[in-house]
Amino acid sequence: MKKIFLLSVCSAILLSLAACGNSSSGENGEVIVYNWGEYLDPEAIALFEEETGIKVIYDEFETNEIMYPKVEAGATEYDVICPSDYMIQKMLENDLLAELNFDNLPNAKANIGASYWEQSKEFDPENKYSVPYCWGTVGILYNKTMVDGTIDSWSVLWDEKYKDNILMQDSVRDAFMVGLKLNGFSMNSVDAGELETAKNSLIEQKPLVQAYVVDQVRDKMIGNEAAIGVIYSGEAIYTQRENPDLEYVIPKEGTNVWIDSWVIPKNAPNKENGEKFIDFMCRPEIALMNFEYITYSTPNDAARALIEDDDIRNSTIAFPDLSQYQNLETFQYLGEDADRLYNDLWKEIKSE
Amino acid sequence: MMKTTAKKIYIILIFIFLYAPIATLMVFSFNKSRTRAKWGGFTFQWYLSLLGNREIMNALWNTLFIALVSSLSAVVIGTVACIAINNMTKRKRTVIMGITNIPMLNADIVTGISLMLLFISLGFKFGLGTILLSHITFNIPYVILCVMPRMRQLNPSTYEAALDLGASPVHAFFKVVFPDILPGVLSGFLMAFTMSLDDFIITHFTKGAGVDTLSTKIYTEVKKGIKPEMYALSTIIFVTVLLLLFLVNKAPKEKNERRI
Amino acid sequence: MKNSRLKLLSSPYIVWAVIFIIVPLGMVFYYGLTDKTGAFTLDNIMAMMSEEHAKALWISLGLSLLSTAVCFFLAYPLAMILAHMNVNQHSFIVLIFILPMWMNFLLRTLAWQTLLEKTGVINNILSFFHLPALNIINTPYAIVLGMVYNFLPFMVLPIYNALVKIDPNVVNAAKDLGANNIQTFFKITLPLSIPGIISGITMVFIPALTTFVISKLLGGSKILLIGNVIEEEFTQAGNWHLGSGLSIVLMIFILINMAASAIFDKDGEGGLL
Repeated sequence: MKKIFLLSVCSAILLSLAACGNSSSGENGEVIVYNWGEYLDPEAIALFEEETGIKVIYDEFETNEIMYPKVEAGATEYDVICPSDYMIQKMLENDLLAELNFDNLPNAKANIGASYWEQSKEFDPENKYSVPYCWGTVGILYNKTMVDGTIDSWSVLWDEKYKDNILMQDSVRDAFMVGLKLNGFSMNSVDAGELETAKNSLIEQKPLVQAYVVDQVRDKMIGNEAAIGVIYSGEAIYTQRENPDLEYVIPKEGTNVWIDSWVIPKNAPNKENGEKFIDFMCRPEIALMNFEYITYSTPNDAARALIEDDDIRNSTIAFPDLSQYQNLETFQYLGEDADRLYNDLWKEIKSE
Repeated sequence: MMKTTAKKIYIILIFIFLYAPIATLMVFSFNKSRTRAKWGGFTFQWYLSLLGNREIMNALWNTLFIALVSSLSAVVIGTVACIAINNMTKRKRTVIMGITNIPMLNADIVTGISLMLLFISLGFKFGLGTILLSHITFNIPYVILCVMPRMRQLNPSTYEAALDLGASPVHAFFKVVFPDILPGVLSGFLMAFTMSLDDFIITHFTKGAGVDTLSTKIYTEVKKGIKPEMYALSTIIFVTVLLLLFLVNKAPKEKNERRI
Repeated sequence: MKNSRLKLLSSPYIVWAVIFIIVPLGMVFYYGLTDKTGAFTLDNIMAMMSEEHAKALWISLGLSLLSTAVCFFLAYPLAMILAHMNVNQHSFIVLIFILPMWMNFLLRTLAWQTLLEKTGVINNILSFFHLPALNIINTPYAIVLGMVYNFLPFMVLPIYNALVKIDPNVVNAAKDLGANNIQTFFKITLPLSIPGIISGITMVFIPALTTFVISKLLGGSKILLIGNVIEEEFTQAGNWHLGSGLSIVLMIFILINMAASAIFDKDGEGGLL
């Protein structure tokens, strides 16, 4: 008898422990947001909480690939996530996303530019699941004082002169994008031969690379640790502010044009709060606040119109005229087999 | 004479090796520039803004809460287990001690992964609860490790004598056994507390949204650029522990002697 | 009566151990030995033989053995010096060597990044004295340095504890019988400190073998350790079966270690504190 009693006490403690943690929340509930690192002005969250009485639980990821397994496993529930294009497509195909109720998203409908909705159709064909938050390109950030002449090609990342002065992206698709584009292939290639060529290029490049990093490119470039880095366009304005010697360029071989959009996963416990959050972020003044904090290009036309600094509003880095460039593409989800192939090849590069 | 100088130099060299990075962190806590890369002048501002930084303060309270609750729970479960294990046959004892050693000797990454798989398959939601359960799990062995040797040294007849003299088992335990194993319990608690405080890997695999300990917070910050407030906080923690150590060391010697 | 009631006291812990130690390990084995459909397979285990995994394992083994050795050779003299110090200072001096552990381990490692960087603190000092720059950041050396730095206290403490326990009379007896210092060391001190050495090696080797953080921070993600492979299988590639399979292989090394420490440490008490 006693044994059973003890057992039941133990399991009761276990369950209560497992249940706690979800106890505290705001007066109007909570919203759990899963976003990229440094991708929101914390002040915007404070304003949202103040206005709505909804407590924001904020979590960050570093790459799309890190975000996905967490959401798929379902042991951590999120209300709002901000993945990139191809990852949204993957989540859609695996039935992880909930359809948005656009009646609750008036600001999104009114303020996001038509061209961005159009662009979103590549991964969300009916614009039913996602609201664009930021967009940009991937390019090369270089230090004018450490590089000879101007740079306009990915091939500079293979230049022996800059051995130990190159920073590469530590995420599978971004790294392969560079390798594929260098060789003139599509960055959505699933052709084994093309991928093999790209892999060999990346292996050849490895001795020249100082480090594979994601967000650290920013600090290292500001601190003159490296001469050349592969970086998202959104970081360019910020880094230039901190270190005027830095220059951003979109290579002539073409690059990735990406959109990160807000989505709501199917298992979201607070879907309506999630929509409130997304709509709040689409308000012009809030979008402007975020833009000024993170300096990533905003698809929010109303917010862009509010930018006071002419140089920034018309900056070719933040708002490039994409028609000038060739071979621009957006990542697509390539299916499970291709995912595995990419992962295996990436592992081969990393273990070299 | 030569030899003692050599010894001193050796100790000093190791000392520099151990403390150089810590000194660096402390210096950075006074750096005006936001990025670690530049020295922008001396400032106290990070210490002030630390108090207003909700995320870091939350992580700090989470860390302390988890460390305290998990090490206390581990002390209770572990000590009780020690009493029972001590009365077991040798064979059973070996088996249980073997199992106890697993989380200690196993790689953190495997422990973390195995607990993650367990929680997912049980349908638990990741959060403070799962972190606590994991920390208690890897803390118990440290408690048992510290308490067990004390328990083995006990003279069982004192406990039996207390019972014969009419004390209830619980009373006898607290009057006779507990004082003797107390040093072991205390060091087990400290050990568990430290391990919980310093753990990153297991928390990394079992944490949920928005519940960060200092370790996981730092891990996310490491990648996007550490906030100088974090250096300030670490400096404060470090100096506090250092001061506590000095105080404990200055305290009457009597306590120390009882431990030996 | 008394005995059976006392035994009952172990049930909370036994329940706990079964749920949180045995079952989770069982799950790692389950995932490691099945594929996505749930069918039995050895593929995930054999995957360790594939070129990139084998390479990662070899590098991990090499680096962790090297850092264990470095830790040992740094720690033994240190532990001896500490053990021979004035008794009153014992606790304080020992604590001084544990104290760094109270500064978060990630921050300490990050600090090494700042120290070692190309434009980092050490290189600034070196260039001030017109000395050649030190370029070990993002190389295996930096990883070894990070491992030695982080795990050195785990080697010092057990050895120190073993050395303190040695009865000075035994050492004196050896000397009285005509042994010189070197003989005394190899015949008496070293053999008697073996339990401490074994725990020290275990406590350094396992975390060094399985780390994924140090290689990320100090290796610039250029060197793939087996810990990185497993971590990425779980957090990025999402292949739990492969990650579990590789973990099982890793556990073989841990088992060897456990067996070794069981042979030398028969009491099951460990030499940690």
